[in-house]
Amino acid sequence: MIEFKKLHKKFGKLIVLDGLDLHIAKGGIFAVLGPNGSGKTTLIKSLLGMVIPNKGDIFFNGKSVLKKWDYRNDLNYLPQIANFPPNLTVIELINMVKNLRPKKANEKELIELFGLQGFLQKKLGTLSGGTKQKVNLVLTFMFDSELIILDEPTTGLDPIALIHLKDLIQKEKDKGKTILITTHIMSVVDELADEIVFLLDGKIYFKGSIDALKKQTNNTNLERAIANLISKQYA
Amino acid sequence: MKYLVLIIFFISFNIQATTITVCKTCEIKTINEAVSLSKDGDSILVKKGIYKEQSIIIINKSIHLIGEDNAIIDGEFKETIIKVTANNFSIEGLTFMNVGQSYTKDFAAILVSKSKHFILKNNIVKKAFFGFLIEKSHHGEIINNKISSNAVNETSSGNGIHLWHCSHMKIQNNIVSNLRDGIYFEFVKNSTISNNISKNNIRYGLHFMFSNNNVYFKNEFKNNGAGVAVMFSKFIIMHDNVFHYNWGMASYGLLLKEIYDAQIENNTFEQNTIGINVENCSRVDYNKNKFIRNGWALKFSGGCYKNIFELNSFMYNAFDLSYNSKLNSNRFEKNYWSDYTGYDLNKDGIGDVPYRPVKLFSYIVNRTPEALVLLRSLFVDIINFSEKVSPVFTPDNLIDSKPLMKMIHD
Amino acid sequence: MLKILKYSFFDLMRSRWSYVYFVFYLALGFVLLFLNNDLNKAVITLMNIIIVLTPLIGTIFGVMYYYNSKEFTELLLAQPIKRKNIFMGQYVGIALSLTLSLVLGLGLPFVLYGLFRSTAIFDFILLLVAGSFLNFIFVALSYNIALSTDNKIKGFGYAILMWLFLAVIYDGIFLISLLMFNEYPLDKFSLIATMFNPIDLSRILILLKLDISALLGYTGAVFRNFFGTSFGMVVSMFILALWVILPVFRMNAKLKKKDF
Repeated sequence: MIEFKKLHKKFGKLIVLDGLDLHIAKGGIFAVLGPNGSGKTTLIKSLLGMVIPNKGDIFFNGKSVLKKWDYRNDLNYLPQIANFPPNLTVIELINMVKNLRPKKANEKELIELFGLQGFLQKKLGTLSGGTKQKVNLVLTFMFDSELIILDEPTTGLDPIALIHLKDLIQKEKDKGKTILITTHIMSVVDELADEIVFLLDGKIYFKGSIDALKKQTNNTNLERAIANLISKQYA
Repeated sequence: MKYLVLIIFFISFNIQATTITVCKTCEIKTINEAVSLSKDGDSILVKKGIYKEQSIIIINKSIHLIGEDNAIIDGEFKETIIKVTANNFSIEGLTFMNVGQSYTKDFAAILVSKSKHFILKNNIVKKAFFGFLIEKSHHGEIINNKISSNAVNETSSGNGIHLWHCSHMKIQNNIVSNLRDGIYFEFVKNSTISNNISKNNIRYGLHFMFSNNNVYFKNEFKNNGAGVAVMFSKFIIMHDNVFHYNWGMASYGLLLKEIYDAQIENNTFEQNTIGINVENCSRVDYNKNKFIRNGWALKFSGGCYKNIFELNSFMYNAFDLSYNSKLNSNRFEKNYWSDYTGYDLNKDGIGDVPYRPVKLFSYIVNRTPEALVLLRSLFVDIINFSEKVSPVFTPDNLIDSKPLMKMIHD
Repeated sequence: MLKILKYSFFDLMRSRWSYVYFVFYLALGFVLLFLNNDLNKAVITLMNIIIVLTPLIGTIFGVMYYYNSKEFTELLLAQPIKRKNIFMGQYVGIALSLTLSLVLGLGLPFVLYGLFRSTAIFDFILLLVAGSFLNFIFVALSYNIALSTDNKIKGFGYAILMWLFLAVIYDGIFLISLLMFNEYPLDKFSLIATMFNPIDLSRILILLKLDISALLGYTGAVFRNFFGTSFGMVVSMFILALWVILPVFRMNAKLKKKDF
């Protein structure tokens, strides 16, 4: 479904992606992991067209995405930090995003799920971080798209909302969708991910299932397995 | 014997005065013919029609030339139309057109020379070269005439009302436009110019030199190439005149050059490049004049002594004053300056802090005229302010120590 | 683009700062008119304020909006919208809401005061046109700066510096060079130097109406020919428009290569 081919990206002198090749098949949850600065966010943003690669190409459903914009109608993205125009109300924002995408949305269900009914008429500037993240989630999940990209989706969520989120992700997966997640919370990865993509120094260092990773590193604990991967590199 | 002649003269004048009528179907068909037939005291009535004549010469005949409505004399661009040397005559109600034009001779609609006690009234001159040319004449009245031309440049055009070596003249209610100089005085004494309108002339609206003891009031000078020039004269009174819209490179409402002992009162100077340009003038009182939205309200260029500015209003001029010498003995006091930002704690209507009419920027523009493009820029405001706080370049004592808080109303 | 414009515009129209800005102009208009009682003088004072303040406010609003809505912009970037449209929408939204504050804030007191019956109406409209141009120019310039500088503090610094340069320092250098090269013919130089600064240009444009008599007294023939005719007005307007178009072009060029 998604194909990264020989992707290069430099920020100044810093090489972030160094000839990265990656194929992600349709369906399933993929956790993109890696130490800070390994290029996770850059990889995702390249796919979204927010970062423009120096070399290489990216294909989405067989078509190159570079310099295109309409393919984004087929994917949902949850940005890392939820910050919205402070003077719009929640419902105005939701309506605006709906307005921007020529697609049906099921926001009502999600609003109920996250208990946002009481906040709809409030200005976004007055909301707490957690509530903003809930709004962020509504905006992401209200459209029916085959690819969902989540950048640190758990930030600021209370335990109940977290459970709702996990259910939501599972449900989408069951519909046969492809979901990309970046996160630092290993329990989430352990619980949800079908496959792990581990980035290091701008390349794919490991790609496979959790079990394969555990086997390769001789660790039964995922967190330790990951730590093992990193320390091997720096040893 | 002498008395006898005089008595006979008056008797003949009273008894024999007749009216000669001129028209196309009359016995007398030309004005020239009528004039040659006329005697002292006669009236010549010119009926409606166009008379193609020039060089009508009236010598020593006290006659009254009167035009009925639409009596037009067409000079066919050849010559002066009427030349008069006589006393006690009048010319009125005639329309003159197409006066001769020349680079060497001063052709006019009416040339009056060496005459006394005459009246030129209610005439219209179109396409004039000179309008009325009056020389060495006295006690004349020029009233209610309209003189216009289509002057293009200074060398090929003449003046509207041109007086040379005259005295006791009265010039009133005339409209002169599109000439070289609207009204021109040279060596004219004891005369008054009032209620005239002089506009759109390519050089000066009013131009006078070596003309002492004259009074100018309630005239309007508008949109003239160089405004009004007043030079080399003494004991002049100018009041209630309006000078406006005189725009141009070297244009001013009023140019004063070598003027002594004059009074300039209650005049309005509005939207001129320079309101008054003063050169070498002394003992001139400027009182209750209004300077509104001029480029420079006043430009002083040295050699000026004992001039007094009192109770004038300076409103929204780009520069109130340009001054390039020492203060000398000139005085600015009790004027209203719209730029004044001081306060009046004791409420006596007089600002407690003196006003400095010369800005640093005005000093800079004097040196480098191109700097004018920075007029009203923030940077210029800043340097003006710092100069106001501690004067370095502008004369320290050039101040109005009693600036008025409110504008003067009539 | 229109959708983004609409939302940026409504967002800004509801912000406290838009109100403050609007109320400021409203108060300024009323104070100038009802304390002074003179429309002409009010227009002159307004010019001094407008040519300094609108660029400053435009600059600050521009960078502030860019940095404050950075995350939201990222959310928009992930939507199926062209990049260009997102930023053009935001840009026009800011410039338009500032212009509305200016036009309504000043227009209201002037209309109440009886502007339509006054001869100053054309001067006043010119003033608003110049102010609006300055809004569009300085929001565009500040957006350029913000797009090129990821560090918020630095971006603010550069933007303020740009304003300071164009509003004050430029004229200082201009004046000093005029004084230094006094012996040379300078009118072409000064004409061109004016064109390179939108603040100077709009100032001249207004002066053309207000202090035209003073400017015509200027001794240089080039200058007189330029300002004496309506040609000068047309050219000035054209250059002001260029001052909007060029930064917008640069903005779009920058956007094509920018990473978020």
